[in-house]
Amino acid sequence: MGTQVPIQEGLFTWPSEDPRLIGSECNQCGAVLFPAQSGCPKCASDDTKHRELGKRGSLWTWTIQGFPPKAPPYAGDLENFEPFGVGYIELPGEVKVEARLTTADKDALKIGMEMDLQFLPLYVDDDGNEVITFAFSPAQEQ
Amino acid sequence: MSTPEVAIVGIGMHPFGRTPERSGQEQGVYAVRKALADAGIEWKDVQFAFGGSAAAGAADTMVSKLGLTGLQFINVANGCATGGSALFSAYNTIASGAYDLGIAIGYDKHERGAFRVNTKAGGLGDWYGKNGLALTTQFFGMKINRYMQQHDISHSSLAKVSAKAFRNAEHNENAWRRQPIPEEQILESDMLSYPLTKFMFCSPAEGGVALLLARADKAHKYTDTPIYLNAAAVRSRRWGSFEVMSPWIAIDDGVGPTVDASKAAFEIAGMGPEDIDLAQLQDTEAGAEIMHLAENGFCEHGEQERMMQQGETEIGGRFPVNTDGGCLANGEPVGASGLRQVYENVLQLRGQAGKRQVPNDPKVAYTHVYGAPGISGVTILSR
Repeated sequence: MGTQVPIQEGLFTWPSEDPRLIGSECNQCGAVLFPAQSGCPKCASDDTKHRELGKRGSLWTWTIQGFPPKAPPYAGDLENFEPFGVGYIELPGEVKVEARLTTADKDALKIGMEMDLQFLPLYVDDDGNEVITFAFSPAQEQ
Repeated sequence: MSTPEVAIVGIGMHPFGRTPERSGQEQGVYAVRKALADAGIEWKDVQFAFGGSAAAGAADTMVSKLGLTGLQFINVANGCATGGSALFSAYNTIASGAYDLGIAIGYDKHERGAFRVNTKAGGLGDWYGKNGLALTTQFFGMKINRYMQQHDISHSSLAKVSAKAFRNAEHNENAWRRQPIPEEQILESDMLSYPLTKFMFCSPAEGGVALLLARADKAHKYTDTPIYLNAAAVRSRRWGSFEVMSPWIAIDDGVGPTVDASKAAFEIAGMGPEDIDLAQLQDTEAGAEIMHLAENGFCEHGEQERMMQQGETEIGGRFPVNTDGGCLANGEPVGASGLRQVYENVLQLRGQAGKRQVPNDPKVAYTHVYGAPGISGVTILSR
């Protein structure tokens, strides 16, 4: 087994004891974005800094990806494809982040429910590394 | 109402759907020849062209088939608003006084299945596609899912939108899917992206549309039934809007480009939603038609539930929507889709829509196109 590598450098802190999504914050107007970028779409300044985002948020909306995505670009397992949840998680005071969800059960998903950041393996790359992505799961205590 | 400066004097269309024996460009050429015949003119009379396709090559190459007349031909590439942008550009070229007669052309030919998204071209990292997030279908599922909860829209109303589309298309020889489908079958078909099933989504397709535009004061040279273009407006997204292919949405809620384009078009035309007799609204999926009714100002949020259940948007209803079957029944050749809507409205305003003709002599019609990465185009036509 190879090592665990992030799906993209700079998307989240990795490796880390307590990995976080890396967004950016505008030094002029405070707007928060994900992933981090230069330039602020809210006030048009180019003065931004990196910001590690919160780990808990609420489910703003969701769907379930019911059919296998085209590959490329999709890199996940298509041979044993199982539907997966996708949603936007509103991180309070920061930004709404789009992510895979750890459940694809429509009855387990409710707009407004608390969600926690998770990291999980998505596929194994050509070098045998386990590629890690971020996702959100329903919080244990609702 | 402001005095229109531009008129549509000829229209042409290549049927939508799948035509294996013709390239996308050939379907565009076919549409141009139909439009020329409709106006009774020749290609050499056309002074300028704006044309585009998303997946079927550069439109200006079609002069090698239509004739090398040396005209000004500008390619347009603006995602799902390509056709709308070609029309907008042609409209402004005439309104500016630069030329008297020109053409807007859109055509396309896509591979089967959901759109394969080029994340790089979309300004997104590779991780987004690898992760399984680069699907336009997810956005539509998520937008209507939230909207249904906020505004009490039922699954039954989604099914009614699709059922209407296929029923309207039955009487449209240019449409792709012309077989009526019962609501139960729509609801029970494969769940592609909750709450949207297979028959609630349009599919990428093929087809072409061409529209000849002239100065309004010269329109009668070409046709007895000029249709005036009172407004054409295109808008992109602002802070706080929720758009397709977004790894993030602003924490602040805002309105989308449809609201902005609609307001701009009504202002240019000097009209309001109450002046419109029928509309073609972007229906990438059934929920989009419902949400776009409100975003374009034709009802309050939530009112759609009653409108759908009571059939108010049927051809014989109070406010007919997507009379030609919309994207749901025509499919979406991206470059041509916005022009198809205008083509349908010209037929309706001329009274030439046959079995799907809106009754009571409609005088003003509206089109709305929406697409990635958050653009909308609106036109208002009158006779």
